[in-house]
Amino acid sequence: MALVQQIGGRLLQLVFVLWAVATILFLMFRLMPGNPLAAYIDVTFTEEQQLALMAKFGLDRPLWEQYFIYLWNLLHGELGDSFFYRQPVFDRLMVLLPNTLILAFGSLIIAYAFGIIAGSYLAWKRGSVGEQVAIPLVLTTRAMPEFWLGMVLLAVFSFWLGWFPAGGMRSPGAEFDSVGALYTSRDFLAHLVLPIATLAIYSQGLPLLLMRSNMLDVMREDFVTMARIKGLSSFTVVVRHAARNALLPVMTSFAIGVGYQIQGNVVVETVFSWPGIGRELVNAVAASDYPLAQGAFLLIAVVFVLMNFIADMLYGLLDPRVSHA
Amino acid sequence: MPDATLSTPHRFGAIGRLIRGLHLPLNDPFAIAGIAIYTVFILVAIFADQLAPYDPTEILYTADYDLAADRRPGEDGFILGTTSLGRDIFSQLVYGSRAALLIGITAAFMVALIGTIVGLLAGYFGGWVDLVLMRLADIAFGIPFLPFVIVIAAFLDPSIWNVVLAMALVLWRDTGRVIRSQVLTLRTRAYVQAARVCGSSDLKIVFRHIAPNILPLSFLYGSIAIGWAILTEASISFLGFGDPETISWGYMLQDAFASAALSQGAYYWFVPPGLCIILVVVAGFFISRGYEEILFPRLKE
Repeated sequence: MALVQQIGGRLLQLVFVLWAVATILFLMFRLMPGNPLAAYIDVTFTEEQQLALMAKFGLDRPLWEQYFIYLWNLLHGELGDSFFYRQPVFDRLMVLLPNTLILAFGSLIIAYAFGIIAGSYLAWKRGSVGEQVAIPLVLTTRAMPEFWLGMVLLAVFSFWLGWFPAGGMRSPGAEFDSVGALYTSRDFLAHLVLPIATLAIYSQGLPLLLMRSNMLDVMREDFVTMARIKGLSSFTVVVRHAARNALLPVMTSFAIGVGYQIQGNVVVETVFSWPGIGRELVNAVAASDYPLAQGAFLLIAVVFVLMNFIADMLYGLLDPRVSHA
Repeated sequence: MPDATLSTPHRFGAIGRLIRGLHLPLNDPFAIAGIAIYTVFILVAIFADQLAPYDPTEILYTADYDLAADRRPGEDGFILGTTSLGRDIFSQLVYGSRAALLIGITAAFMVALIGTIVGLLAGYFGGWVDLVLMRLADIAFGIPFLPFVIVIAAFLDPSIWNVVLAMALVLWRDTGRVIRSQVLTLRTRAYVQAARVCGSSDLKIVFRHIAPNILPLSFLYGSIAIGWAILTEASISFLGFGDPETISWGYMLQDAFASAALSQGAYYWFVPPGLCIILVVVAGFFISRGYEEILFPRLKE
């Protein structure tokens, strides 16, 4: 029962936060300088289009009514039409979302695989010279501006060595029969390498440091000492006994990592001209395409909040000692 | 004699007391390295006018009236070369430290200030004050940080203060939560109870008896926020939403990127600003690590 109550309480909080973020977004886009109608209607729309949008978003009504219409529309995935693309924002974002998710998950899987192994190794070799060099080095990767790392990789591997394409998701003129064929093509994968490498190098620090400190905690526990006394090799103790137990909190941080990547990807997608949600947000804001900017922001926020929620839930489920009270 | 011990702190003056109250981590080599890096950048920022050979925005010409564009390092006496517009890269780098420190320190100060006040009020008063403030923190945790700063920076006038404001509006959340939990334990301590019994007002207890004890914690979160603020400003400037009047490292990177410095292999243009950002941010990490070991000694084992 307690668990159901906990999850219920956390769900309520999730709904509350989503509502609050949507409200802040509404206020941000309505109270900005200029015509409030500009949030949905571009002057170049035809009169019929303008009237249809006026009706759909109640733009001729008072602000509070507009607010309820806005919330109602959001619940139905109705985000208005993009000024630039002349198509529903929702459809446009759904085309871009997979591209962003591929980057986020691809880079995080690599970052976590590396971080977990390297973190356990550093915990095992605690106090060695290698460790003393490695930790500041890892902190340095956390201190890099992600887009700068992307620029350096581009300059070296794309412009100088010519190994990888300089941006975008596919070569100009490359046609594919289906989305599936695109995502498995050699051309796409070549475009994927540098952005994924950038994000992975930046992201490996968190799992690495987390894994290392968890390992140091676990290695002090009785069952590890027991395994040692049994005469098991140091490698077996580290991998079979300590690492397994240190892994759980690192895995739950993966969900938080996805959330952070989705919002932080904005700059890296821009450097590599990667057609994802983040770059769309930047372009839409720069071009005053308000419905698209608002929709992209909202989608990023929803993924971000959901991932934090999932991480919280996982943490409680995987480690019953943690209570949400 | 008790009078003498009571009056010792006053001899150091308010600033001396503050510095000692911060518990600067002076026994940790990394923290000292961090403080040294900061000192160098602060000196560079203060003496930027003396150190920079040119105005960072000035378009430079050679002796025979050619535009001094895309000069390599050392060529025509330009230490780090020039940009495609003929501006001196080294001078921009020097002045960039001003923008970085200004943004980093003001943002960190605001984050620490808001977070500390929220934490103090929520932790000490509890009840509905706590409820409201912590729900606000939940909301701040739900806002995707970088997109939020981008939208604010783009909608308001492009100025560094709007970027600082946007960052402060979101980043106080971590400081606020941590300080609240610290205050929750402090308020049950005997000396706080004693002050209450003696009839001290709530405000006096909070600011006189509790606040000094959480100062190092505020400083720790402030030192982390400096790095975040500098990185965020760099991203915002890189995306083109920065202050066009201010030469920052992010602006330099944007300029280099937009001027195809990457394809020309102009490493002298886009590598130094990145390295400066890394140095300043890493210095913040080192200092905060030293702090953590003082505040949470268990980590040291």
